[in-house]
Amino acid sequence: MKFGILVNEGPFNHQASDSAYQFAKAAIGRGHQVLRVFFYYDGVNNANKLSEPQSDDRNLVKLWGEMAKTHKVDLVVCVAAGMRRGIKDEVLAEGFHISGLGQLTEVGIAADRLLVFGD
Amino acid sequence: MSEEPVFDTQGVVKKFMYVNRRAPYGTIYPLEILESVLVAAAFEQDTSVAFLDDGVFQIKKGQDPKELGMKNFSPTFRALAGYDVEKLYVEKESMDARGLKVDDFVVKVRVVSAAELAKLMAEQDILITG
Repeated sequence: MKFGILVNEGPFNHQASDSAYQFAKAAIGRGHQVLRVFFYYDGVNNANKLSEPQSDDRNLVKLWGEMAKTHKVDLVVCVAAGMRRGIKDEVLAEGFHISGLGQLTEVGIAADRLLVFGD
Repeated sequence: MSEEPVFDTQGVVKKFMYVNRRAPYGTIYPLEILESVLVAAAFEQDTSVAFLDDGVFQIKKGQDPKELGMKNFSPTFRALAGYDVEKLYVEKESMDARGLKVDDFVVKVRVVSAAELAKLMAEQDILITG
């Protein structure tokens, strides 16, 4: 199955990003495809390379980036939501790119299922 | 950064429903989801918007959040018709519980019961919450 994922919350403050990551990992592990992960609202903070969690904690920014590299998952940060929150090219972590909301609609159309992670 | 993949979406029309459950101010979700509604409509998708719980306040007439330093974005809902987004649903139970009437809204809506809304939701391809 082809999945699209929408992450609506930032890392650490909320479990949404963890759940989305674990879901994507499990889906890929079972032979499914994750076409794109779209980061919206505070979810754009998942792409901040200045994020520095304590060394014994999970590093979500890095984990997403590694998934993008290993499994060719497209990680898109919403440009409008990102600009409000200072997530621009200068602080963008590896594996992410910034684009418009059209990318969310597009993956909704292209995927068999779009999953929303947030409240 | 790697090249953005392009998906073949030509000619595909899906049913997108945007679900608004939160009060208009206090969180940014209602404002940002509205931007997303307009984009889906621009992609010529079968787009609808549902208002339930405190989300019904988003389209209440007479909003003035100036004292909060915020912008009244309720007029944007009136722009939806220009994008052919005409399926706007208000859940009756939420409206009644908050003492609102159909004339209190800035846009023309269809009032549906929770059971009817559940049925409409089940018919959608995509549900996006904000």
